[in-house]
Amino acid sequence: MSFNLYKISRVTQCLLSAGFILCIAGICFLFQGVISYKMPAFVLLLAVSLIAVIFDIIPVLLAALLSALTWDFFFIPPRFTFRVTSAEDALLLLMYFVIALINSILTHRIRRFEKLARQKEEKANTIKLYNTLLNSLSHELKTPLATIVGAADNLLNEPRRLSDVNKRNLVVEISMASLRLNRQVENLLSMSRLESGFIQPKKDWCDINEMIYAVVNRLEANLKNYDLKIMIEENLPLYKLDYGLIEQVLYNLVYNATIYTPEFSELYIIAKNNSNRIYQLDPDDTMQSRIARENDYLTLIIEDRGPGFPEDELEKVFDKFYRLKNSKTGGTGLGLSIVKGFVEAHRGIVILENVPHGARFTIEIPTEVSYIKNLKNE
Amino acid sequence: MNNPEVLIIDDESQIRRLLEITMESNDYAVVSAPSAKEGLRIAASHPPDLVILDLGLPDENGHRVLEKLREWYTRPIIILSVQSNEEDIVRALDNGANDYLIKPFRTGELLARIRSVLRNPTSSNGHAVIDCNELQIDLAGRTVKKNDELVKLTSTEYSLLALLAQHEGKVLTHQYLLREVWGPGFINQSQYLRVFIAQLRKKIEIDPNRPAHILTESGVGYRFVARE
Repeated sequence: MSFNLYKISRVTQCLLSAGFILCIAGICFLFQGVISYKMPAFVLLLAVSLIAVIFDIIPVLLAALLSALTWDFFFIPPRFTFRVTSAEDALLLLMYFVIALINSILTHRIRRFEKLARQKEEKANTIKLYNTLLNSLSHELKTPLATIVGAADNLLNEPRRLSDVNKRNLVVEISMASLRLNRQVENLLSMSRLESGFIQPKKDWCDINEMIYAVVNRLEANLKNYDLKIMIEENLPLYKLDYGLIEQVLYNLVYNATIYTPEFSELYIIAKNNSNRIYQLDPDDTMQSRIARENDYLTLIIEDRGPGFPEDELEKVFDKFYRLKNSKTGGTGLGLSIVKGFVEAHRGIVILENVPHGARFTIEIPTEVSYIKNLKNE
Repeated sequence: MNNPEVLIIDDESQIRRLLEITMESNDYAVVSAPSAKEGLRIAASHPPDLVILDLGLPDENGHRVLEKLREWYTRPIIILSVQSNEEDIVRALDNGANDYLIKPFRTGELLARIRSVLRNPTSSNGHAVIDCNELQIDLAGRTVKKNDELVKLTSTEYSLLALLAQHEGKVLTHQYLLREVWGPGFINQSQYLRVFIAQLRKKIEIDPNRPAHILTESGVGYRFVARE
């Protein structure tokens, strides 16, 4: 709340605090028959403290001054003059003014310290994140680079001492390392697109069946030793999605499953439509109801029969650069955060849960559908 | 026949060298230019059989270079792009590029694209029958056979397949296909294209989930490949 009020311009803040003081004074004025003239001072002091919690220093000082004058003018006898006759009242007024000032200045300073502390903490977090990034990046990029540089050196410097088989092996290593490097760079580019905050999904009609098989075919080499089961609901409609982004989501999840679950285990890819239809009675014909609102969701489920995720880490796996404790080497910890980011760019959600003998990722994306697919083609 | 001449316009010397080695070892004659200005000059003074143009040139936007070339140059142009930015690619294809490759690309893919664009002159060819192993498309008789059996296609399905097959090896953009098959009013109705491609695959592909002939170019369009 106070954070938002900070952003209000200073002039508005001044007007608001002056208005607030006058309001409080007005209320006290209505009750003047019941309370003594000293009572409003306490109420006004409370009002100034409240303002000090919310607003900047200048409106607060203004409130302190204004409340002192208001109290003097409307409440201290003789009323409706700024004159103060008794010495006690003069002392009270002076003390009121000093307390209001100290109060507001102290509150302001405390707030400033809090802000500094918060900034420091944020900075520390940024540095921590940055270090994690550098560690994982330098490892992930340097390993394939080291392979390439080393293999190329061998091929360049000692071509005669290498057997043909070894030469070929070195070239294979160079090729694999380059592909790995390329995958990491793609991940980093996706991440920076997400970080920059302007991922605008370019939505077009997508055939989910085609998308799933495209991903499976791309990962053919990784998947060959898995018992893959693809279950796509019959007559699944077309969905309006960003093909590239959702394909990447599926790719990352399936790829992850092949990295972290044992070979020859089952792997499920499930696609189905969920629609929430809200029916409403037709006013003209109460025997009929009509669809008042219809929301369609595409549900994609990737389920494996691997070790699952430690319960205490389920929440964190989508964090940037988070890697499970004791996980295999390789991977930047970006894959799942990209999944989350791309799905959220479609206003969808990703749920990760452990199921008996494995883990299940469920993606739900609200989207337009087209059932033209089921129309008779001419 | 002489070896086909290829002009490479790319500012990165490593990419130029890689392309030169790849092409020369596959019997192409190579000329290369490090800048748009130089590339345009060489193309004009000694028109090559094929231009490979990088979109990110230091001295001039690659799209502009493509437009300038297309004012008079009618032979194939293949675009190289660093990012898989679909809009960029679609724009280049609409501006007359015959094909595209995204860096990093596999050498085999590059050579296949080059073979394909050189085989298919931009003017549509006169072959009456397009033969792709188990599939024969008879353009004169408007019939399609799979494993010597007639495939029943609706007229829209046939038009779509014939259009793709006549541009064998070339990627055709979504908008182009929609305009040519359904008409200008349909260029935003991509759902029709999705449905008809899926139906065509069911009828002509051996495994519709692993299409061998009608390939998807994500975000750009479709490509018909006659054989592996």
